[in-house]
Amino acid sequence: MDLNFNGTDLCAINGTRSAPEARYDLVVVGAGPSGIAAAVAGAKAGQSVLLVDENPISGALMGNDTPLYFGGRMTTATQNSDRMLEAIFMSMPELEAAMEAGVELLLGTTAWGVYRNGPGVQSLPDQVVGLADRDRSWMVGFDKIVIATGARDLAIAFPGWNQPGVMGAAALTMLLTRYDAFAGRRLLVLGSHDLALETALLALEKGLEVAALVEVRDAPQGSAALVDKLKAAGVAIHCGQSIKATKGGLDGVEGATLTDGTEFTCDTICVAIGLVPSIELVDAMHGPRTLNAQRGGYIPAGEPNVEAVGICAGLPDTGFDHVAYRMDWVRAALKTNAPDTIICQCEEVTLADLIGVQPPHYLDRPAAIQARSLNTLLQDGPANPDQIKRLTRSGMGVCQGRRCRDQVAMLLAIESDKPFGTIPLATHRAPVRPLPLKILAEWDEPAAMDAAWDVWFGIPTQWVPVEDIGTPQEDAHREMLYTGMYK
Amino acid sequence: MSGSEVIIVGGGVTGLSAGWWLARSGVKVTVLDKFIVGWEASGRNGGGASHYSSPLFDEEQRMWPQMDELLGYPTEHQKGRILIAMTERQWEQYRFIAERHTRLNHPVELLDVKQVQEAVPLAGDNCFGGVHYKFGGHANPQRTVQAYAWALQDLGGKIVQHSPVVGFETAGGKVTAVKTANATYGCDAVVVAAGPQIPQLMAQLGVDVPLAAARAEMIITEPAPMMPLGGVDGHKIYGRQTLRGNLAYGGGPHEWLDVDATGPAARPSTPLARNLAKRLAELLPKAAHLNVIRSWAGVIENSPDGRPIIDRLTSPDNVVVASMSSVGFGLSPASGHAIRDLVIDGKCSFADIDILKLSRFDGLEKDWREKRGWMPIA
Ligand SMILES: Cc1cc2nc3c(=O)[nH]c(=O)nc-3n(C[C@H](O)[C@H](O)[C@H](O)COP(=O)(O)OP(=O)(O)OC[C@H]3O[C@@H](n4cnc5c(N)ncnc54)[C@H](O)[C@@H]3O)c2cc1C
Repeated sequence: MDLNFNGTDLCAINGTRSAPEARYDLVVVGAGPSGIAAAVAGAKAGQSVLLVDENPISGALMGNDTPLYFGGRMTTATQNSDRMLEAIFMSMPELEAAMEAGVELLLGTTAWGVYRNGPGVQSLPDQVVGLADRDRSWMVGFDKIVIATGARDLAIAFPGWNQPGVMGAAALTMLLTRYDAFAGRRLLVLGSHDLALETALLALEKGLEVAALVEVRDAPQGSAALVDKLKAAGVAIHCGQSIKATKGGLDGVEGATLTDGTEFTCDTICVAIGLVPSIELVDAMHGPRTLNAQRGGYIPAGEPNVEAVGICAGLPDTGFDHVAYRMDWVRAALKTNAPDTIICQCEEVTLADLIGVQPPHYLDRPAAIQARSLNTLLQDGPANPDQIKRLTRSGMGVCQGRRCRDQVAMLLAIESDKPFGTIPLATHRAPVRPLPLKILAEWDEPAAMDAAWDVWFGIPTQWVPVEDIGTPQEDAHREMLYTGMYK
Repeated sequence: MSGSEVIIVGGGVTGLSAGWWLARSGVKVTVLDKFIVGWEASGRNGGGASHYSSPLFDEEQRMWPQMDELLGYPTEHQKGRILIAMTERQWEQYRFIAERHTRLNHPVELLDVKQVQEAVPLAGDNCFGGVHYKFGGHANPQRTVQAYAWALQDLGGKIVQHSPVVGFETAGGKVTAVKTANATYGCDAVVVAAGPQIPQLMAQLGVDVPLAAARAEMIITEPAPMMPLGGVDGHKIYGRQTLRGNLAYGGGPHEWLDVDATGPAARPSTPLARNLAKRLAELLPKAAHLNVIRSWAGVIENSPDGRPIIDRLTSPDNVVVASMSSVGFGLSPASGHAIRDLVIDGKCSFADIDILKLSRFDGLEKDWREKRGWMPIA
């Protein structure tokens, strides 16, 4: 059978993709104050504007510490999505105003990927953002996208951090202010910069007990006014300390011991060491970004039609070096953490396995692999978190590395004795939120997609058994199996 | 040959396996890679290892079950595959394939719906049946890459990363050295296993290697309970359940690309993830609730007939070129062996691989890419 080339590869992607379902002049991701402001400004300028926000988050996602570090400390109230939705509107009257200004608003809607043509891809019909709610996913085109996704909690490992009751400051704040759905009563707060001070004061204001603040450096780090306010409320800041041990039970955290032996009873340990700008959409779309230690880490560098606003664009620059501060915490943790302290909770990667670059426990560890380590790997080239991820599985789990990616990068910097900024950022990949297959699926895909679909390239000569080449079997093989290249 | 120096350009599975095989024969090898070993297709593929269409098939099948032990590092190799038909047409096609295997003495068994579900509990009763290959299998590409690299080092071989090869020195009809930006590596022989960058490198030696590059994509879910058989294909997608439980799947339309000598500028995944998700949810309906947690893409090259090119040149005569034409992960234990044989003995010892010679494309029309429609989108 002769191959009849006609200039068209029927199994190529060309022209098979669906057009976006809708198109807007402006799509804004994240309905916090800065996202709302950007959306309203667009609408007032006469643009068609879609504003989406993933909140209310489903209970399942919250359980996976997505997008914030909830630590299992949300009440069952968070299972009631109607109540949650109402709570959002109650807590943010600006939303109503935005809708009146002509902004189309979709809550409970996640933006999980932004795609556009560029190096390595020219087949997209438009620049699009992938959206998903509880029922389905769809694509929306845009002229401009504003990313106002805020910042997420920076997590840090200490003995027993992998149990319910260890959570982040942003998650706690959301549960307290927006949803009134925090399940704890007595907190130990890690950190003493403004984030920690404000979180502790908020907790007090909401009638919770704050056992103490723990500060790794020798003095409180935040503004004097806030420190005084906290002291006036009778809350002590224990400086030069970190967590040596935790006590836990069926419901998670029950207490903690500091390095100097001081013990606390608490049901929650709130990690308030820092926030990390939520740049995952920008990074997954290969948007430019820079490291800015004063603004919380990696921040979008900005492009004409991809703009980051609010704290997604960086924390307010007060001159405080967030990266140096976090590194101090991780250095202290390296002294107190045991070799079997878990670093990646999803994949149960211990500190020893991470530094030893050991495979997961379901694999054998022959002598040769036990002799390998980060040190031997460093002889071949600088540390790369993606390579460590491939080998140890740290960051490969369902939380998509939200709980461990920052720590792993810091540990690699410390262990390889290199500045944090020399360690590449571990890749973010779409979907930037876990999305069920049935939700992500394009159920009503274009017929052209199905017509072009082949398991591999659809090259009719590629899979003919070598024994059959040049025999009638070859023709039969092509006849039966190939999707139609060169028809 | 022992004691001589072989430079391998490209630290994907092909170059690394070749290096490992050569090192096992006492040859001094240095593998040069432009970035980190396995960063391109070799660390981004489906892990399938069942290439019954290849002259290297028997060796592929012989080697894989021994690889963990021979390398000394885990590859996560698992034996066997199953092909599940979701439409009547697929069932017809898959039975055709099963019949071919039977004729070629590859052990296969037809499974009814109940048997499919026993082997693959995530399958539904919406399938037509399955074909169980009692050969072939799958492995973890990223672990396998590193296993080759480490095993090669254990045998005294060297790996130099972050070192793109920029040129060659030739004398007397041989390549005498391989050049990177910062160093020159003298050599007795060279293996060029640089994937999509092979044409640019070989052009420097005056050799035309017809290859076209394309991007292909995959998705992966959170872990599912382990199934008795993890190598599940069908419904025009391919993939595997990792030993952790995740379902990693690919398939569907590719995008042809032009790549520079320096490699792909980016490897973006696209909304094709949604079309993959649809098919995976149909193939394994009991997994439809599982979260997709990542998607990615890799760039691979294809020869005009889709078959690998593994050949030792006549001039310069100490160069072996190896492009696996988009089917190279599974074949790597065998392709490395073949390359070793070509480098040391000038001839493959275990299979007739004439069909993989570069000369089959002598006289290929200049516009072969255009004719096939293998052109990047303008
Ligand atoms: C999504 C996807 C799924 C796939 N699924 C399967 C499957 O299930 N089974 C299967 O068998 N195959 C599969 N493949 C194909 C398989 O991955 C490739 O055929 C195989 O990895 C090729 O290996 P390689 O070493 O020849 O090339 P590559 O992996 O491309 O390695 C080439 C190396 O050369 C280096 N290099 C390039 N230029 C230079 C230079 N100038 N100097 C130094 N170094 C250089 C690169 O950095 C790279 O590391 C798949 C591929 C993709 C993308």
